[in-house]
Amino acid sequence: MKKMISALLLGTAMALSVASIASADDKNVKIGVLSDQSGLYADLAGPGSTLAAQMAIEDSGLKAKGWTIDLISGDHQNKPDIGTTIARQWFDVDKVDTIVDVPNSGVALAVNNVVKEKNGVYINSGAATSDLTNAQCSPNTVHWTYDTYMLAHATGQALVKAGGDTWFFLTADYAFGAALERDTTAVVTANGGKVVGGVKHPLNTADFSSFLLQAQASKAKIIGLANAGGDTTNSIKQAAEFGIVKGGQKLAALLLFLTDVKAIGLETAQGLNFTETFYWDLNDNTRAFSKKFSARMKSGAPPTMVQAGVYAGLMHYFKALEALGGNPHDGAKVVAKMKTIPTDDPLFGKGEVEANGRVTHDAYLFEVKKPSESKGPWDFYKLVGTVPGNQAFTPLDKSTCALLKK
Amino acid sequence: MQALYAQLLVGLINGSFYALLSLGLAVIFGMLNIINFAHGALYMMGAFVAYFLLNLGGINYWWALLIAPIVVGVFGMILERTMLQWLAGLDHLYGLLLTFGIALIVQGVFQNYFGSSGLPYSIPDQLKGGVNLGFMFLPIYRGWVVVFSLVVCLATWFLIEKTQLGAYLRAATENPTLVRAFGINVPRMITLTYGLGVGLAALAGVLSAPINQVRPLMGADLIIVVFAVVVIGGMGSIMGSIITGFALGVIEGLTKYFYPEASNTVVFVLMVVVLLVKPTGLTGRAA
Amino acid sequence: MSALTDDTLPVTPRAMRDEMIVFAVMAALLAVVPFTGIYPFFVMQALCFALLACAFNLLIGYGGLLSFGHAMFLGTAGYVSAHALKVWGLPPELGIVAGTAAAALLGLVTGYISIKRQGIYFSMITLALSQLLYFLYLQAPFTHGEDGIQGIPQGHLFGIFDLSKPLVLYYVVLAGFLAGFLLIYRTINSPFGEVLKSIRENEPRAISLGYKTDQYKMLAYVLSGTLAGFAGSLKVFVAQNASLTDVHWSMSGEIVLMTLVGGLGTIFGPVVGAFVIIAMQQYLAGFGQWVTVIQGVIFVSCVLLFRRGLVGELAHILRRSL
Repeated sequence: MKKMISALLLGTAMALSVASIASADDKNVKIGVLSDQSGLYADLAGPGSTLAAQMAIEDSGLKAKGWTIDLISGDHQNKPDIGTTIARQWFDVDKVDTIVDVPNSGVALAVNNVVKEKNGVYINSGAATSDLTNAQCSPNTVHWTYDTYMLAHATGQALVKAGGDTWFFLTADYAFGAALERDTTAVVTANGGKVVGGVKHPLNTADFSSFLLQAQASKAKIIGLANAGGDTTNSIKQAAEFGIVKGGQKLAALLLFLTDVKAIGLETAQGLNFTETFYWDLNDNTRAFSKKFSARMKSGAPPTMVQAGVYAGLMHYFKALEALGGNPHDGAKVVAKMKTIPTDDPLFGKGEVEANGRVTHDAYLFEVKKPSESKGPWDFYKLVGTVPGNQAFTPLDKSTCALLKK
Repeated sequence: MQALYAQLLVGLINGSFYALLSLGLAVIFGMLNIINFAHGALYMMGAFVAYFLLNLGGINYWWALLIAPIVVGVFGMILERTMLQWLAGLDHLYGLLLTFGIALIVQGVFQNYFGSSGLPYSIPDQLKGGVNLGFMFLPIYRGWVVVFSLVVCLATWFLIEKTQLGAYLRAATENPTLVRAFGINVPRMITLTYGLGVGLAALAGVLSAPINQVRPLMGADLIIVVFAVVVIGGMGSIMGSIITGFALGVIEGLTKYFYPEASNTVVFVLMVVVLLVKPTGLTGRAA
Repeated sequence: MSALTDDTLPVTPRAMRDEMIVFAVMAALLAVVPFTGIYPFFVMQALCFALLACAFNLLIGYGGLLSFGHAMFLGTAGYVSAHALKVWGLPPELGIVAGTAAAALLGLVTGYISIKRQGIYFSMITLALSQLLYFLYLQAPFTHGEDGIQGIPQGHLFGIFDLSKPLVLYYVVLAGFLAGFLLIYRTINSPFGEVLKSIRENEPRAISLGYKTDQYKMLAYVLSGTLAGFAGSLKVFVAQNASLTDVHWSMSGEIVLMTLVGGLGTIFGPVVGAFVIIAMQQYLAGFGQWVTVIQGVIFVSCVLLFRRGLVGELAHILRRSL
């Protein structure tokens, strides 16, 4: 038995060393889209993210240059255990080089550790937690689309400047809710505003009327919704019912996606303020991409910012691969290359990958259109402001990422 | 103090959903001895049927209140005929697991076709707006929900506890052989009862469609709370579950005011306390 | 509750021999897994759940007590072990001891509250208690909410075995599983197990024979909780994280399902059930959105067609005790 084990270990070691001295013109990569295919985030990521990755591979033109790019997808079912097991198996058995998407902060952080251990590449688009580029940053991780810090800052700053100087928070009693509230509070007070109160509600609350009544009684000008998904849509819907917006208070959704607005309907959602880094109808480039995208979606939906982030993140990754010219299996090296090339893609425009893995690009402040202003089934947003990329995200000197302390 | 009145009222409104849902569960448990885990999924179906009626058939909310429970009720009766009836006489666990499986299937199918974020359904025009009660702004729709569900709850209680039909039903669960000897078709009665319980869930679904997002998982989050209500009220007790439903709404409302983080948990505190003091719930019979 | 395990065969020397043979085959098969190309991490995770399901089965299959809150043991032990390893920097063996001890303590406290309740009310009170615990862990800062405790160091067991090596970890987990399994097997076949079964069949009669049934049930409950906690502590080394999903009620449901699919009240059923369910989660992932529907169909057909569970049906056909 002992002999067998040692023989096996020897074999593995040899296989490993063979892999690491593979020739420089090894041009095979495998990408895994790890997402929530069936749960809460399936609409804003899920199958659409897989499609976005597929389109990125097609548009990269790398195939014509002799690269072989494989794509697989998996469903983490919003469980960290399942997420890490799939990720491990992808690296160990399926020889995946790169994992993309991974919505759900808990799963995203768990997978972050696996990718670091296996020295892969991790392009996260779906998760909100800014821990990915702060306390838990890794040399193998690029966090593309958005994070809680950016959402809180862009929305908070813009609304305080527009006169919304008193705030009341409806916060999901979860780590991401707390992070959103904490970051927004900081920016509100820094800009001379005041937080007059708040309430923490449990995740997946069906009825918000009690909380909305408290918000109403607080007389705050802005009611900040530091929650997500069904909690956000339900609180917006019920706020309309209780005449909160009609009574002169404004709602600010700190985390809202295109699919959420679709789910609420313009009738109820109109006038909402929030921040995103991508919208399909921003310019000719985004429209062209979205047209191709929705033609291939089962539901005909345009891309959300998470799905767009998967596409753009991979496009940038491919640029780095091309610059390296081959041998794409050393994850940290590929990510280091990604950090040296400024980002420039049709969907997010110009930006850069900072040393902590954070990607910076412009953030847009949107307002939901009135039903009368909407000209099509997905014509929802009106652009009311732009925050330049270098101001929207955590400044490097405030990042707690250990990679920065050298 | 005014804020407190408002919270009490809002709690009562929420309680009416709990009452309707737990009433259906209690009817099914009382008559079929089945713990219907599919209840949440059927509640969700009720809301979806209302959405389809409006958007595909142009049929409004008021008709949906009638049609959706019938549609879902018939669906429930098919489930009972094809699957649940085979579990008669077995341990509760099997009924629970079967209905749990059914709930997974129903929710999964809806999620595949309609996504997870849900669909909009607005308040019917006649019930839009609200009245200022002095201590709070009460949306008219919420007032309607309380009144309507109270009426439905009492009517159901009356049907089962006070009418001839109800007497047959109760007798059939106690001693099916004897009731059959009187020439009554017991299996058919049981099927109809399941349809009734499920119809109540669907009715709650329609009622909640204008307030909550119509989404495939809307019932999954609720079912466990409703379970607790039934247990606290005493398994199978009709009045027990109605009263507990409304009471829980109020207690939850107060919790949302004093300790909001715990508002989803307070029901379980209550359950532990009640079961410690009264081992079979407030009005229940032995398991 | 007698409907649950209606055809348990008497314990005879032959049955014992059959079981030992099956056990030997199972242990041998598991021991060679790393050399078969089957992914070891999948098997390790399945082993943890298998032990968990066996612990649960001890309570329901032999004690007739259906707990709907068994995830609380899994989660508590997981959190305590994870915290002990990561923050206190304890070595792996003490991390496991800490987690398992926490689960045992939890078993004592919750058992004291719940054990006197009968049937469905016992299930409900365990559910309620586990929900209270879920809330506690959600609020407690050391669990980091939905982000969970991440990147837990695996360390060297007894200072010798490097658990970050998959092969070493595999055999440690396997050893843990087999030890737990044998303990449960031994318990079932001990005089204590016999009394437990008699309580399941007819509690009033057991009382009239002079047994203090509550004490027996309590002991079974604490033992089951402790072993479930042991499984949770082992899982920390495999998954390297501890999260809220492990304390959620749907996890308790999953445990019930594993046991049911494999066969309630059978010795090997929970092991088979755990492997089936974990394999479904891993390998159905390719079906994307249809996963939940497929799971639902499997549960429904299990209840309608294979009520004894996979192993239970097999045992019934072979007329053997498995």
